[in-house]
Amino acid sequence: MSSATKTDIEPPAVLKKVKPAPWSEAPLVLNKRSFGWVTEKICNVVERKTPTWWWWCFIIALCVASFTGMGLVYLVSTGVGVWGNNNPVNWGWAIVNFVFWIGIGHAGTLISAVLCLLKQKWRTSINRASEAMTVFAVLCAGIFPLFHVGRVWFGWWLFPIPNSNAIWPQFRSPLEWDVFAVSTYATVSILFWYMGMIPDLAVIRDRAKVKWRKIVYGIFSMGWRHANNHWRNFEMAYLILAGLSTPLVLSVHTIVSFDFAVANLPGWHTTIFPPYFVAGAIFSGFGMVLTLLLPLRSVFGLHDLITQKHIDNMCKIIIATGSLVGYAYSMEFFIAWYGANSYEGFAFINRAFGNYWWSYWIMISCNVISPQLFWFRKIRENTPLVWIISIFVNIGMWFERFVIANTTLSRDFLPSSWGYYSPSIVDIFTFAGTFGFFSVLFLLFLRFLPLMPMAEVKMVMPQADPHGGKH
Amino acid sequence: MDIKYGLSATFNSAKDLYEAAGKIREEGFTSWECYTPMPVHGLDAQMGIGRSKVPCFTLAGGITGFCTGMLIVWYMNAFDYPLIVGGKPYFSPIYPFPVFYELTILFSAFGTLFGMFFLNRLPQHHHPIFEHPNFARAGDDRYLIVIEVDDPKFDDEETKAFLKETGGKSITMIREPA
Repeated sequence: MSSATKTDIEPPAVLKKVKPAPWSEAPLVLNKRSFGWVTEKICNVVERKTPTWWWWCFIIALCVASFTGMGLVYLVSTGVGVWGNNNPVNWGWAIVNFVFWIGIGHAGTLISAVLCLLKQKWRTSINRASEAMTVFAVLCAGIFPLFHVGRVWFGWWLFPIPNSNAIWPQFRSPLEWDVFAVSTYATVSILFWYMGMIPDLAVIRDRAKVKWRKIVYGIFSMGWRHANNHWRNFEMAYLILAGLSTPLVLSVHTIVSFDFAVANLPGWHTTIFPPYFVAGAIFSGFGMVLTLLLPLRSVFGLHDLITQKHIDNMCKIIIATGSLVGYAYSMEFFIAWYGANSYEGFAFINRAFGNYWWSYWIMISCNVISPQLFWFRKIRENTPLVWIISIFVNIGMWFERFVIANTTLSRDFLPSSWGYYSPSIVDIFTFAGTFGFFSVLFLLFLRFLPLMPMAEVKMVMPQADPHGGKH
Repeated sequence: MDIKYGLSATFNSAKDLYEAAGKIREEGFTSWECYTPMPVHGLDAQMGIGRSKVPCFTLAGGITGFCTGMLIVWYMNAFDYPLIVGGKPYFSPIYPFPVFYELTILFSAFGTLFGMFFLNRLPQHHHPIFEHPNFARAGDDRYLIVIEVDDPKFDDEETKAFLKETGGKSITMIREPA
């Protein structure tokens, strides 16, 4: 794109002396691949016979997902008391798992929307799979608050729909804001994901040799024709959806943090929560993106499309957001001391050295210390190690929510109302099952949908430039 | 008898298509279209077409969402069933901020998607271009230009020669079975 063009304007004299080094950027698609190769590579995943490993993974994931199913059936038939939460810790794992899964989703939106607005071209090969991750993570997240209401068949009361009691939702409650934030987030993520997929579904439709595939992909590709007029409106809509998703993703975790920050409890009632939650969400989401994409890259041989540059960039975002989170942890302590409120001070000392001290130190070592290893190029280039650290990030971020929710609730103002929370076996199985549920959805996505946006990948390849390298 | 839809020319690179599109526009054709595997940078200007109208639909959606959010909160918590919470006013535009903020985004997103569908006339599962023998390549790595028979300047022989001149390969007449 930026090769030197001859112009009539004389360059400044200083440039002759210093001779600036040519700016070289690593190509985003390695080995000078052709468009045909990209199409073949991505469509093949969908078109070829289902591999045996896929069936094994699918069956295992389905079995794990059944834990959630059984846990929820047991909960609905017995009552919410089968979970470990009780006075004083009324939220327990339900809120922890909810915030954990919602946070994971945020990296997908960050990649598809924020990086699109920032013109980060490397996002193209990873955005589809990350958006899929977003949608599935939000579905997993929704399970917990929905079933925590106890009588889940009244779940629709959360929405402003007329009911026989003639009572409307109370719009001052952050939990009601959550309903709007999370349902909007899920809907817009699905719209964005689906719209981006239409041209790729059309490619599969046009290549289809089997009748059912032609019909099914035909229906979902809406009769897309790759016409310039289509692309013109599509690109505009894509840009606008990116522009809408950006404030949306920031607002969702802000509102999730309001669940805590609006309550008058020491350790929760702080103004740092919104930015700190958003940074943490992006941090955990990128951890999950790496956890998912690194195996995907090996299994499907996508090394030319998901290059070391992509991994480097994601690792760097993890360092940045991990450091932000670490900064927030220390700033919370500083403010607790500086604010001179004895309850607030106690809440934080208790966090680090009290009844849940172990969870605090798991959180610190996974979230603050482990990402710092990404400063070293040798570690970023060691794919198995990157994968292991990405798992640590996921673990750490789950514990962050555990620490926030539980240390505060178990030790509030009066020692007479103190308690200790432990999850029940139903809690544990229900949560473990969501990983199976997530994997089932993700495996179906890999099998039936194009896992990379072909048109967008082609756009960042040199062949796409109509000006032949001159701009 | 088959109905003629238009003449198509195939190009092997974005650069060739881009240059050919410029020539076709200068020649004064009006009913023609480029089919490309990905959006080609600057092709809109080269074809002489303006900005997309999608933002109008987004704006309409956004305004609807904002008003809906404000209205439901006012109607539900202040008008239909006034709710006293902490002795505060029944309605204020501040406290339901997250509600109308999210609804603004939600309706804008629907406006954008359906606006795109409307402007592109989708879903439209039947179109003569699908009869093109090599249409699948247009989504893969080939670029097509189709000049439609409806164009006032269209002439079987002359247009064919002209498309050849612009560098187009395998000029084909697309026919729709009647």
